Amino acid sequence: MELYEYSVYELISILEKGETNSVEVTESIIENIDKRDGDIGAFLYVDKEGALKAAEEADRLRRDGKSAPFLGIPVAIKDNICTEGTKTTCASKMLENFVPPYDATVVKKLKEAGAIIVGKTNMDEFAMGSSTENSALKKTVNPWDFDRVPGGSSGGSAAAVAASEVPVALGSDTGGSIRQPASFCGVVGLKPTYGRVSRYGLVAFASSLDQIGPFARDVEDAAMLLNVIAGYDKMDSTSVPGRENYFLDGIKDGIKGFKIGLPKEYYGEGVSSDVRESVLAMVKRLEGLGAFVEETSLPYSEYALAAYYIISSAEASSNLARYDGIRYGHRADKFDDLIDLYARSRSEGFGKEVKRRIMLGTYVLSSGYYDAYYKKALKVRTLIKNDFDRAFEKYDVLISPTSPTVAFKFGEKSNPLEMYLADILTVPVNIAGLPAISVPCGLAGGLPVGLQVIGKPFDEKTLLKIAYAVQENTGKLKPEVK
Amino acid sequence: MEFEAVIGLEVHAELLTESKIFCSCTTEFGGEPNTHCCPVCLGLPGTLPVLNKKAVEYAIRAGLALNCNIARFSKMDRKNYFYPDLPKAYQISQYDLPLCRDGYVEIETEDGIKKIGIIRVHLEEDAGKLIHEENGGSSLVDYNRTGVPLIEIVSYPDMRTPEEARLYLTKLKSILEYTEVSDCKMQEGSLRVDTNISVRPVGSDTFGTKVELKNLNSFRAVYKALEYEFKRQAEAIKNGEEITQETRRWDENKGITISMRSKEEAHDYRYFPEPDIVPIVVGDEWIEEIRSNIPELPHQKKERFIKDLGLPAYDAGVITADKALSDFFEKCVELYDNPKTISNWVMGEILRGMKEAEIEASSLPISPEQLVMLQKMVDAGTISISIGKKVFDTMLKTGKNPNDIVEEEGLAQISDEGSLRSTVLKVIENNPKSVEDFLGGKEKAMGFLIGQVMKETKGKANPQMINEIMKEELSKLSKN
Ligand SMILES: [Zn+2]
Repeated sequence: MELYEYSVYELISILEKGETNSVEVTESIIENIDKRDGDIGAFLYVDKEGALKAAEEADRLRRDGKSAPFLGIPVAIKDNICTEGTKTTCASKMLENFVPPYDATVVKKLKEAGAIIVGKTNMDEFAMGSSTENSALKKTVNPWDFDRVPGGSSGGSAAAVAASEVPVALGSDTGGSIRQPASFCGVVGLKPTYGRVSRYGLVAFASSLDQIGPFARDVEDAAMLLNVIAGYDKMDSTSVPGRENYFLDGIKDGIKGFKIGLPKEYYGEGVSSDVRESVLAMVKRLEGLGAFVEETSLPYSEYALAAYYIISSAEASSNLARYDGIRYGHRADKFDDLIDLYARSRSEGFGKEVKRRIMLGTYVLSSGYYDAYYKKALKVRTLIKNDFDRAFEKYDVLISPTSPTVAFKFGEKSNPLEMYLADILTVPVNIAGLPAISVPCGLAGGLPVGLQVIGKPFDEKTLLKIAYAVQENTGKLKPEVK
Repeated sequence: MEFEAVIGLEVHAELLTESKIFCSCTTEFGGEPNTHCCPVCLGLPGTLPVLNKKAVEYAIRAGLALNCNIARFSKMDRKNYFYPDLPKAYQISQYDLPLCRDGYVEIETEDGIKKIGIIRVHLEEDAGKLIHEENGGSSLVDYNRTGVPLIEIVSYPDMRTPEEARLYLTKLKSILEYTEVSDCKMQEGSLRVDTNISVRPVGSDTFGTKVELKNLNSFRAVYKALEYEFKRQAEAIKNGEEITQETRRWDENKGITISMRSKEEAHDYRYFPEPDIVPIVVGDEWIEEIRSNIPELPHQKKERFIKDLGLPAYDAGVITADKALSDFFEKCVELYDNPKTISNWVMGEILRGMKEAEIEASSLPISPEQLVMLQKMVDAGTISISIGKKVFDTMLKTGKNPNDIVEEEGLAQISDEGSLRSTVLKVIENNPKSVEDFLGGKEKAMGFLIGQVMKETKGKANPQMINEIMKEELSKLSKN
């Protein structure tokens, strides 16, 4: 086994024993990226020099007897999370040359924990998409099948972890952007409770829905990375204080007596039969382990996708208005006046999907339409939350497929609505601000299937416990990367 | 047909917090362009606003001083529009749930006390400043002001004349200054006024079409623009013309209003709740704490000046209307125990001087110590009161101490009896006609003769002494 294939907890163990050092680990990782990423396309930027320097520093600290939770562990960061002095592009022409003068809080926390930032990963432009095909800068493929998409919007982070280019990575999830690519690439992806992780430094798509979370090849690593990034941040007033946890605690305690609900709406039409069967087979095994399983209903989930596209686009239309070509970002070469400067810079800088969402969002907030769309969507949001609240009076977690299908082929979803349907099982979770994890539960047609566990607010621990049980009963899945 | 105006005012005041509303940058005025900025107030990608609790406190304090109800639950909203001085392309403001509602301000009109209602006071952030280059066709932006906390105070359309609008503004300014919520400097932009006006026949209870006025850079401009606009609209209605709902700009030089944009061109700001800031929840305890810490308000100070210092109500009213002026007055009274004498200076020379030099009380070049020194020189007979007023003018221009001015210009009063008597005799000798008149019973001629002595001595003669000497010498003549 090569060093780059090790998981985080394995690396920590051999680093602490002195069987290897961070420089060796980092060199192995960079070598593997060099070998594979030409095909995979997960990274927009690899900071070889910076990573090796940080590795040397980590080794020096370890020699001096210092310790830190992620000391010397390589991590990749989705390119919508700000890194001081390193380009943060959001995979957009608009921010192709934007270098933030500050670190996102999660990056700061990672650095303080001793982590080594290897590079920045590809994504759908401004995190809008479900296949990473909307990146204006690069194509990322699914390591399981190069003709298929890695999912999105955090496709680069998912592919990088799946292809063992890096043991763990950060992504962001607004409507499924961590869980769906994790499902497509056969890795673990966790979307924390809204407010669990600081959003400071995450380039906003939809502020009331966005949340940063970990990608890993196993559940333990996801828990460990969440340990590092979680916690109240005074720079983000929507982050919640007093909720710190050590997520690895009791992860292997088993799931006996846990009550699992299966929302029937999440297994219906549109979910491919092999995905459904794979998930239900795993649920059977969980039942065998002593969990109580029952079918339930979340009737308003049907309206979640519509509400999601209204709310997220409305917020996006406002969040993305600052890219006007005046202070930073793309500015048109030629323009007649101020309005023309705005129009040209934004027309040139944004891709098709981003423009579509900005127009949609602007429309639903316009006077005369606000009540019919935005206000109604907020009402639906409350109804969806109530649905979940009711379900959680009875169940500890809810289980569903993460995505209706396995990874699809490039160009397969030609119209936007088809693409939006890829998120139908993940968006209700963001609408309700809940935590959810996607964990591989088997293969269908040689491609990984993701199982989604949805939990109560701030109950990531239970999610991780269930996910660990799923992992133990699946066996490790690994793509054969050519 | 007689017409009346229906006037409402929207006032923006910058709060006196040390740091900005969503970041820790200083709110200090001036400074090299773009030096009071950080990633948050520049709205760089990924940054988030965190509400400054002090700004909320100041807004509540203003609300309480303006007799408003304080909302226990309010929230921030986004007001979306593109402009280079607005780095996020939205202003964080309050839309449907403002912090303070339903207050009033009392003004003293000729017909007595009148209440002007306040619809709302809400909290928001200021924008930057655009500097247009004279020739070059480009513009520069200074973001120092971006994110300075503001309150917007919206009145009911309760004012009926430009004078009432002026009184309302004066009162509002003095309340904001007294509560130390804002320094209200219009020339630095920390107080900004927009107004709307419609016109209707006296006695009507329906509203006419409203016109908004902008670019009002002083209270005088507000007054003038309203006066102009009232005449313009009344004239138009008389001629059977329709008033257009629009925004008009006051042209200070031409003294007219000019159409800026019609209602159809008005922005759609697409307000929606600010998702980055949690709702503002205010407890009763905090409100009471803020209320108990509100400094003395103008009407309270006025009463104290009447009761404790024995000032006439009129003087007390004028002096307390201006916080800086009343502070100046109080400092003088601490140093000089005759409030009425100080009040005479303030009501007379100081107000006149401020008006002539167009300066605010806060930037008077004379200190309370200097004014008291001047009065003490009058008391000591070193100078007469009329010379004192001249010295005051010089102090206003130069900021020098009164004793230095008196010395440099040789203004000390002549109280030497011998020298004064010889001047009196000289005047008597040179003005036989007036002397004759006086001796013939024309008392007035005495005044003329004394005036001549003053002229000879360049006003420096001790007036009481000349009076006595003149009387003495003239009575000698009459006995002869
Ligand atoms: Zn700042």
